[in-house]
Amino acid sequence: MSETSAAPLVSIEGLKMYFPIHAGLFRRHVGDIKAVDDISLEIFEGETLGLVGESGCGKSTVGRATLRLYDITAGSITIDGTNTSKINQADLRRFRPRMQMIFQDPQGSLNPRMNVADIVGEPLDEHMSLSREERLARIHELLDAVGLNRSFANRYPHEFSGGQRQRIGIARALALNPKFIVCDEPISALDVSIQAQVVNLLEDLQKKFGLTYLFISHDLSMVHHIADRVAVMYLGKIVELASRDQLFNSPLHPYTQALLSAVPEPNPARQNTRVHIVLKGDVPSPSSPPVGCNFCTRCPKAIDICHHVEPATIEIEPGRFAACHLLESTTKVA
Amino acid sequence: MPENRPAVLDVKDIETVFNTRRGTIHAVNSVSFSLEPGELLGVVGESGSGKSVTMMSLIGLLPTPPARVTGGYVKFDNIDLLKADAQQLRAVRGAKIGFIFQDPMTSLNPVLTIGFQLMEPLRTHMGMKKAAAKKRAVELLDLVGMPDAERRLSDFPHQFSGGMRQRVVIAMALACDPKVLIADEPTTALDVTIQAQILELVKDLRRKLGMAIIWITHDLGVVAGIADRVMVMYGGQIVEQAPVRELFENPQHPYTRALIETVPDIGAERPERLRTVEGQPSILYARPSACSFRTRCAHAFERCNRENPALLVTEKAHHVACFWDSATGEPRNV
Repeated sequence: MSETSAAPLVSIEGLKMYFPIHAGLFRRHVGDIKAVDDISLEIFEGETLGLVGESGCGKSTVGRATLRLYDITAGSITIDGTNTSKINQADLRRFRPRMQMIFQDPQGSLNPRMNVADIVGEPLDEHMSLSREERLARIHELLDAVGLNRSFANRYPHEFSGGQRQRIGIARALALNPKFIVCDEPISALDVSIQAQVVNLLEDLQKKFGLTYLFISHDLSMVHHIADRVAVMYLGKIVELASRDQLFNSPLHPYTQALLSAVPEPNPARQNTRVHIVLKGDVPSPSSPPVGCNFCTRCPKAIDICHHVEPATIEIEPGRFAACHLLESTTKVA
Repeated sequence: MPENRPAVLDVKDIETVFNTRRGTIHAVNSVSFSLEPGELLGVVGESGSGKSVTMMSLIGLLPTPPARVTGGYVKFDNIDLLKADAQQLRAVRGAKIGFIFQDPMTSLNPVLTIGFQLMEPLRTHMGMKKAAAKKRAVELLDLVGMPDAERRLSDFPHQFSGGMRQRVVIAMALACDPKVLIADEPTTALDVTIQAQILELVKDLRRKLGMAIIWITHDLGVVAGIADRVMVMYGGQIVEQAPVRELFENPQHPYTRALIETVPDIGAERPERLRTVEGQPSILYARPSACSFRTRCAHAFERCNRENPALLVTEKAHHVACFWDSATGEPRNV
């Protein structure tokens, strides 16, 4: 799964997504919320890239901007050989079947007045011209793929539990045989036992259809399970990007270390051996990020330079990136 | 834990039903437990297992109708809370028993300043004058780690971040020095880093104030970190109860074992597939006459369809309600 020799399916270069702030009587443009501020990523065919960070760090915005649900401020996005960053929304429709999304809230992303067949069939109606029989056959095929009973096709979203609703959302995302799916916190609204079912389903589907996932989550333990590589975001920037094992076994960036230490330990016997780094305060506002390193206001290891100069992203080992002044000095020595 | 100290809260055979159009739902079925002074009791289970409803039944927080507590008693401070009149209950709720709800946004009034909301219980329950209440409110905010407490009294809830709002809610629950604090999924809506802050805060407050806490959660990792004793609920019943170390090292009920196995462990080897508990809890339209977990249980046998297992003591302080003996892998001879 983690063969990275192939060419990237998705490559994001210098992506910026600013939301303007308008204020005053004449709604003048007074500033920007820098939700995503200059990030670059590559996602290889067949892999799962985990994207983690706290609420408000811009991870969902990255997912939505990658699919061009927003008109991005700057940067380029190439998906499956097509540069989608400059194409206008109407022309983008042709490319939509290749890239799909699974949303966080299965309650909010399913129309309560449409039955399951119509929800799953809607992308088919929009992008393909199928006969009634073909359409129904495809819907049944999709329901089978996500483990829902075919007889559910005529039911409505409210008749289902959270986990089943998420399966409907997944079936809809699969309808047009996409290559790339953005999973935006697909399990965070579900119970622990149901989360595991959905994660297993996503993994099965990936194997079966050769899908590529951008898996956005704040739950590090689930990301540890599903992702091949993991990118950690803080306040609109990627602070660390590494393979799963590297990131979880030896996190380099102080923020990654703090995030990992905050994951509750389910084994009380190991409870005392763990080092807890409790971060003080909250994520600063992305409309006025701190000078220097974005993390300097909460970083337990911050040194003088962190408050003045923004750290550059450096490649520590092949395929492993981090942006931290402390790592610059160690690599220079080495 | 000292054995013979009188319990602060003694709950016996609580039964709660909801009258709905589809029939009577038996949400809590004969739940008994007691809470020692200063103890932190973790209550875990999936959504719909009855954990919140049980705790809300104790202090009459459920709307009647549709809910009705049909049996049992709750001994607190030498009175039976289930027989107490509205006035007696009011003197207990918010004063001697504090409650923290899951979502700090909905449990605060958006149009009142947090200063007003913090001072309200102090003035009604403790009869404080405005100046004294204000002084105490500042103290409370300091206690929960709110920076610049005095100035923030005049702020409204929307001016706080999620973690800070939850601190305000905790400060309110602590306002009158409660003997018992009931916290209903207080960290579920928060980020892991903020959750870690709140957990540290609660541990610290316990040391300082020494109240008993009931902590409802579906996250076993959280329970492992803070609880002294854990109660696992399923189908409105306690299925297992043990000191925290004992429960995680030697889980006996198939449901508890399944719950523990579904938690992905980032400290361990990554399994090929996540373990799941297939199916979902059933809705009880009658008092359970058989084990409610039997439909999802890997070890269920014929007796489980006939009888509802009672909670029995297997080892010191370890209680389990199951006919299957996890030690031998055979049915129990009781």
